[in-house]
Amino acid sequence: MKSLLAVLGCIAAALFVASLLIGPSAIGPLPSVKALFSSGDTALALVMQEIRLPRAILAVLVGASLGLAGAAMQGYLRNPLAEPGLLGISGSAALGAVLAIQTGLAATLPLGLPLAALLGALLGVFLITLLAGQQGGTLSLILAGIAISALASAMVSLVLNLSPNPFATSEIVFWLMGSLADRSMEHVGLILPFVLLGGAMLFTLQRSLDAMTLGEDAAEALGMGVARMRRRLIIGAALVVGASTAVAGTIGFVGLVVPHLLRPFVGAMPGRLLPASALGGAIMVLLADILVRVILPEADLKLGVLTALIGAPLFLHLIYQTRRTLA
Amino acid sequence: MSLLSVKQLSVSLSQQKIISGAELQIAKGEVVGLIGPNGAGKTTLMRAILGLIPTVGHSSLARLSEDARARAVAWMPQDRHIAWPIEVQSLIMLGRLPYRSYSRAPSAADQQAVQAAMQQVDLVGFAKRRATELSVGERTRALIARALAQQTPLLMADEPIAGLDPAHQMSTMQTFVELAQRGNSVFLSIHDLGLAARYCSRLILLGEQKIIADGPPAEVLTPNNLARIFGIEAYFENTAHGRIFQPLRVLAP
Repeated sequence: MKSLLAVLGCIAAALFVASLLIGPSAIGPLPSVKALFSSGDTALALVMQEIRLPRAILAVLVGASLGLAGAAMQGYLRNPLAEPGLLGISGSAALGAVLAIQTGLAATLPLGLPLAALLGALLGVFLITLLAGQQGGTLSLILAGIAISALASAMVSLVLNLSPNPFATSEIVFWLMGSLADRSMEHVGLILPFVLLGGAMLFTLQRSLDAMTLGEDAAEALGMGVARMRRRLIIGAALVVGASTAVAGTIGFVGLVVPHLLRPFVGAMPGRLLPASALGGAIMVLLADILVRVILPEADLKLGVLTALIGAPLFLHLIYQTRRTLA
Repeated sequence: MSLLSVKQLSVSLSQQKIISGAELQIAKGEVVGLIGPNGAGKTTLMRAILGLIPTVGHSSLARLSEDARARAVAWMPQDRHIAWPIEVQSLIMLGRLPYRSYSRAPSAADQQAVQAAMQQVDLVGFAKRRATELSVGERTRALIARALAQQTPLLMADEPIAGLDPAHQMSTMQTFVELAQRGNSVFLSIHDLGLAARYCSRLILLGEQKIIADGPPAEVLTPNNLARIFGIEAYFENTAHGRIFQPLRVLAP
């Protein structure tokens, strides 16, 4: 277990460095590192400190958030098909962002877009706690999440439908595909508190998620306080997923595939899956974000498109491998 | 000393009265069987006693804090679904959660409790097997072991021996009797009246939304109670082989 986390940590660190060194402006590794730590105002220092560094940090934050939230959702719902988007939070965050683009708020106010997306996410959290936070089983949570997702996506469609401005429309469509390009340190500062708080809440669930392996009744009798656990799960997952969506758009399949891939390495224990999955998510997003820069450097390939392109076949392969045990 | 005391406990589920005015005590050293026909409310009564569903009335276990309850009673629900393909030893170790801090490795006492529980249900050699790959009976035994590993004064189990082969049904009941001899108690719901009569020191008969009878098997499994609640006639005799109970026929309604 410890060695698994060490291996994942090393891979993540290596990819983080790689992410800093790879980009459209070809700079050697040594000058890059020098520029990263220099205090000068050279163009090189600017590229490293203001463009590549925040991008790499955001890849870690977003990936870890999605991996962690996915593992926690799967553990609580006792279902390997659960994923962070299930709560409807990414949908409502996307709606906030889309409204910001459409109204021009994104262009006039610095950080207007991520702030609006965070507001949308908070609205989604409020709705889901209202609908499924206090009582009811796992099914009511899933249904409430589906309803909120459907409502948010309908509203996004409505905005696109009625948009008089083709530029805004295309901007919305591209934003929805998810990307980490051209983000700044301000984006990092904006989401960091949410990711840390939500992540801390999710990490307190390790014990209770293990107990949930036996079902809600047994977990409750083991002293796990299922209602309290559920509140923490909803709010924790909503914070990290809402914050991730606010800066990166919707990035699919990370929260679904990463826990699935790593489960065999932690003896399938849902609690131990949390830290592994957080690191795994960071690895997958760092890797995908490097690939979008390497594969088609000219074409601005979107991160969310690539994670889905990697994730979906990977997922199919996993289903193919495990279809006997899933039946 | 009493391990469980229930007074005037009533339960309603969606406006419908399931149990009213239940009174019962469980002392140390008892194996108490909860019997009654399908739908009599056996599971509901047990969950109400544990405080897992809203009730009216008093149950000493439902009043405890979550942590204290987890050390006072182990609960084996009827749900035999195990969500993830975890190892059998990890599954049984879940019973130690109330005593462990998550970040630390299991203590020697934890390991010992798991080993002992595996022996008690005859699952030695299954430690590394995946819980989801077990047969239904093996899985049931693993779940019994999980509850045993919790090492609480009282063990409550919802039909623990349903689905087991005769040998394991009897050895499980024998394990419960041995627990009682060491001063613990077991409260289980059970459909097999023959095994209930043979191994339980006391039976509680549930029917008509209340507790109909509570006492030694011979006082509960009377022809009158059997006819009224189960609609059956049976042979029941104290023999040289112990108590023998055999249902004979269904009575016309």
